[in-house]
Amino acid sequence: MNQNDINNLKGKTAVVGLAESGCGIASGWSAMEIMANSVHDALDDAGIKLNEVDGVFAATAFHSMAAMSLSEYLGLKPKFADGSQIGGSSFLSHILTAALALDAGLINVAVVAYGSNQKSIGGFKTISEAMPYEAQYEPRMPVTAYALAAKRYMHEFGASREDLANVAVSARDWALLNPRAYTHEKGPLSVEDVLSARPIVDPLGKLDCCLVTDGGAAVVMTRSDRAKDTKNTPIYLLGAAMEHHHRMVSEMPDLVRTSAIDSGKRAFEMSGYKPADMDTIQLYDAFTINTLLFLEDLGFCKKGEAIELVKNNNIGPDGTLRVNTNGGGLSCVHPGMYGLFVTLEAIRQLRNSSGDDVGKRLEGGWINNAKLSVAHGNGGVLSSQVTNIWGVSETF
Amino acid sequence: MPENLKGSVGPEQQFKNYLSQGKFMIQRSKSLNQFFFHPRVAFPGTGERDLEWVEASGNGIVHSTTCNRRLPEKGGDFNLSLITLEEGPRMMARVEGVEPDKLDIGQKVKARISDLNGEPAIIFDVLQG
Repeated sequence: MNQNDINNLKGKTAVVGLAESGCGIASGWSAMEIMANSVHDALDDAGIKLNEVDGVFAATAFHSMAAMSLSEYLGLKPKFADGSQIGGSSFLSHILTAALALDAGLINVAVVAYGSNQKSIGGFKTISEAMPYEAQYEPRMPVTAYALAAKRYMHEFGASREDLANVAVSARDWALLNPRAYTHEKGPLSVEDVLSARPIVDPLGKLDCCLVTDGGAAVVMTRSDRAKDTKNTPIYLLGAAMEHHHRMVSEMPDLVRTSAIDSGKRAFEMSGYKPADMDTIQLYDAFTINTLLFLEDLGFCKKGEAIELVKNNNIGPDGTLRVNTNGGGLSCVHPGMYGLFVTLEAIRQLRNSSGDDVGKRLEGGWINNAKLSVAHGNGGVLSSQVTNIWGVSETF
Repeated sequence: MPENLKGSVGPEQQFKNYLSQGKFMIQRSKSLNQFFFHPRVAFPGTGERDLEWVEASGNGIVHSTTCNRRLPEKGGDFNLSLITLEEGPRMMARVEGVEPDKLDIGQKVKARISDLNGEPAIIFDVLQG
């Protein structure tokens, strides 16, 4: 396949509707109900009727065959469905698959959906089986895996716990501007707050780890010709790519280099844009170490240089890089699989700057004139990496 | 490999059987003369099936390490590390003989077969010097 073939997907499809539901606490609601609410609200946002949906894409930690269960619940008979489960990045790969199916003419309207009520029913919920050759040692997955990567990163690049904490401080500052964020009312974090939080798996403490919340989300996708006729501003998929090279952290070839190096490179190539062109950067920050690794692996700086890049709140609201502008998994929402929320934020920023009403933010919470966003998803233990590049109509 | 697997065991069970016999065995492709872990039916990535089991030297180096915090009544804090074996592959294991949060990356360690929750397990001890 040559580069022209790869570029065939650029701008061919768009997200025309989105919604979230039950983020934070949704006790009394099931994961399916939260997911279905998200789908109906996203279709309302698009102005598309339920019976036009012929492609269903879903994953949760509550349904082993999520696309089938969701289709049944909605009362749909999809012509194409995909419930691929590659962890929290699943939805960004569903978006790639949906784009392929739409472009091939297999389907006309796709929904990509997720729902979780983990917080209401007792805490972090995983569908992951015990890993052979690891489970015996009783790692606290997934935290232990990310702690192993963080420790190695500190060793190789001289990073400190303070450097990790800077990521959590900036994420909270964004959350303070976002009324949707779970920690919106909780006030700012200091580096000292992060360092003194309860240790979980060294070097990661409680505030190096993402929130545990309920929540669901959905996006609606169509081909770009149809997208022009929908209710709100379509945001176009300009690039998408995925890669993974391990499932168990003990098999990770290099603890400080993720497959985002490859997924990012190919997604940016497809889009025709560079990292520096991105107006907003939405990264899957399940742990503070993620943001450092992904800023480097996606090409926003060289390996080891994210330590400097995140200093002085440079990825916060007053900084030079607009990273995780909703507050991230660290301070906005994390129902167990966060991928669809990086997608929502990437697209909401572009719709807001296009004049759509996608909610209120405090001053500085919306990025003026944003035209391009990168949404990066991570799954497993720094395992699956999927990168999507989104743009407004004038970007292609 | 014959289609009918009756009467034989897969590499995972074979590994555990060796452990029960007090042996830490890892696999090597004869043609590549390269080791790998974890045990598999063929060499990862290139698919060589000319595999043999070789007893590991047990020598390793700490590649990364964590202290997993746990309540004292549940057994207390414990170490969990990734160890690079002298033969090349990396594996997860616990390192003992040092406070769980006092282990350093680069530390030389030596494997022994111990018991963890009633199952044989590879545990590494810190080598002095």
